[in-house]
Amino acid sequence: MVEECCTPGGNIMILACSGGSNVGQLSNQAAIELTQEGFGKMFCLAGIGGHLGGFIQSAKDVPAMVAIDGCEVGCAKAILDHAEIQTKNYLVLTELGIEKNKDFKLKAEEIQKVKAAVKSVCD
Amino acid sequence: MEIKVLGPGCPKCKQTEKNVKDAVAETGVDATVEKVTDIMEIAGYGVFGTPSVIIDGEVKSVGKIPTKEDIKSWLNK
Repeated sequence: MVEECCTPGGNIMILACSGGSNVGQLSNQAAIELTQEGFGKMFCLAGIGGHLGGFIQSAKDVPAMVAIDGCEVGCAKAILDHAEIQTKNYLVLTELGIEKNKDFKLKAEEIQKVKAAVKSVCD
Repeated sequence: MEIKVLGPGCPKCKQTEKNVKDAVAETGVDATVEKVTDIMEIAGYGVFGTPSVIIDGEVKSVGKIPTKEDIKSWLNK
């Protein structure tokens, strides 16, 4: 933690809606796994929604970002719009053909599908 | 005016601290500059990365080195 302690230039901020449905939780699980795999770094959408200064300024200053909404209600995008943060890359999981329901037993193949879509939208 | 520069101590953090101190000296504002290196204290500001600059409790910059001109504009507000 001396020469390379600061934010790496290519670090992608991942914001997931993390909502109360299968697709909301798919967004959350994909964000977790992508972070663990080093693709990007999950960040707190709730902090932005709460209009906390550090979170909002972080989202404004980050060079690369992806926002993931589970469904077309678009809560994550609405939070970013409300905070006047430009949505740089954006994904809605139901538009990938994943049906929204209340089954929280997430399917591995759907998690993989979401992760691939996130990577694709960030290219 | 209270200015905090958040960063564990890499070259980008040090450059940010220098830019802040230079901007303060050149504008002549009455300000204290504190370097915050404690990771837990930095996390408490909710920033995605460092270096970050906080002026009177307001987060002004995250994850990049602000220019002296940027900093001067914040000091003059």
